[in-house]
Amino acid sequence: MPATLAEKILQQHCDEQITGPGQIVRCRLSLVLANDITAPLAIKSFKKMGAAGVFDKDKVTIVADHFTPNKDIESAEQVKVCREFAKEMGITHYFEGGNVGVEHALLPELGLVGPGDVVIGADSHTCTYGGLGAFATGMGSTDVAAGMALGETWFKVPPTIQVILTGELRQWVGAKDLMLALIGTIGVSGALYKALEFVGPLASTLSVEGRMTMSNMAIEAGGKVGLFAADDKTLAYAAAHGRKGDKAIAADAGAAYERVVTIDATGMEPQIACPHLPDNVKPVSAVAGLKVDQAVIGSCTNGRIEDLREAAAILKGRKVSKDVRTIILPATPNIWRQALAEGLIETFMDAGCIVGPATCGPCLGGHMGILAGGERAIATTNRNFKGRMGSLESEVYLSGPAAAAAAAIAGEIIDPAKV
Amino acid sequence: MYHGTAHTVGAHIDTDAIIPARFLVTTDPAELGANCMEGLEAGWIKKVKNGDIMVAGENFGCGSSREHAPVALLGAGIPVVIAHSFARIFYRNGFNMGLVLLEIGDDVSKIHDGDELKVDADTGVINNVTTGQTIQCKPVPPFMKGILDKGGLIPYVQDRLAERA
Repeated sequence: MPATLAEKILQQHCDEQITGPGQIVRCRLSLVLANDITAPLAIKSFKKMGAAGVFDKDKVTIVADHFTPNKDIESAEQVKVCREFAKEMGITHYFEGGNVGVEHALLPELGLVGPGDVVIGADSHTCTYGGLGAFATGMGSTDVAAGMALGETWFKVPPTIQVILTGELRQWVGAKDLMLALIGTIGVSGALYKALEFVGPLASTLSVEGRMTMSNMAIEAGGKVGLFAADDKTLAYAAAHGRKGDKAIAADAGAAYERVVTIDATGMEPQIACPHLPDNVKPVSAVAGLKVDQAVIGSCTNGRIEDLREAAAILKGRKVSKDVRTIILPATPNIWRQALAEGLIETFMDAGCIVGPATCGPCLGGHMGILAGGERAIATTNRNFKGRMGSLESEVYLSGPAAAAAAAIAGEIIDPAKV
Repeated sequence: MYHGTAHTVGAHIDTDAIIPARFLVTTDPAELGANCMEGLEAGWIKKVKNGDIMVAGENFGCGSSREHAPVALLGAGIPVVIAHSFARIFYRNGFNMGLVLLEIGDDVSKIHDGDELKVDADTGVINNVTTGQTIQCKPVPPFMKGILDKGGLIPYVQDRLAERA
């Protein structure tokens, strides 16, 4: 029977024959991850399970990226729990300090995830790796603890929504805008319990980084995974990041989809998700003129080098508004270094931006850019829930890097083509 | 059997509403419980008595994977959540943490804020004492029921580890 991409990847990690959506299967895991917020709970559950050790020291990773550099005593205590557990278990890939990056930018960059993998992470944006053709999904700490102990987990095989990406992107419109347009179309529960599979001419054209930006926000539509086929581009990315032996993988022709949605980029403006849900999406022209107090460029969604290049292209030779705190957080140390080598950091500093360390920080209202009551931010992050970046009385507008950089200069939301 | 007062909330209640990230510096259920629903409305939890029941719209628990969300609800003394539907990660987390989750679709409109409810988690029957109506929730899939019967995911993993030893 022709299989969807989700079914094909799962089948490679499972002994039972997969027959279709709804079936519950036990799958072997390629990688299990947790962060400084979710690992402490996972470790608690892991100890209760009584496992002698993790299933594979090279396939369990902990990335202390959320409240780091530790924002207060309590966060420091949590990271200490992570560090001690990593030492006790002999975990190879433990990240804290100078080697830390935002987990979903870091792990692909280090070649720790790749095409055909099955990955679970105690972080909802684990679905990012779908951009590499990996079946990757977020779970809670106890499920992840079970994965750490057993090297397996159970999944309900999801039905798939096929998303056809077509048309041409105009300047300053990119992967983030396509994804916001999709979420605006199907809604925050439009893919609940389901897989998204991105296909079509524009899907092939997108860079691997752009694909990861789209897959990253599958969860914002309620999705379990957001998958791109692993093609030559993916294999080149994987090889460039130190992986060997990866194979291309795509859905079978004639696979059964629950629904087909087309997102046409023709004439698409930059998209903005307005408060307080990621599906409250409007073209930039509909919200232009709204004053902003802060702009954040970074995160697992848009903190990669391409995103920084896009922001720098807008900011070069200009100054950000004195009324807008513009915070730029390159998502990994390598991205930071690359941005420095390319002169992007200098561009940001010259424009009056704050350039910070790799951290999730402000995205979840952790630290390094919290909003006061009545303040409004534009951010390249992934969630605009009430109070997400600080006060319950603050607002977050989600956008791509160009629109965020443009708003930083103008002091208000504006089409980047007009700056 | 659970017996408590219904507290209704809307659709798409996210985990930042259930427990904002700034409170995720602990794993202690009581501390998390004290700040439960702070992201929806400051002091919301003060109106809840031990044993009360949360009743929500579509997609309850969307957003972050934080297991602190079901832990906070339990820590606040809420043993049961009834919803139109649940977000996927939250559903698994709640299930793993022993929070009783009942998905009832459009029947959620038959429960109003302040109604007195009796819930039989084994049969999935909700008795709305205030209105006299009975609601049957969707059954738990057999595989998941198997995990429940073992006492949750932790004993299930203990058994799997023993099988391998």
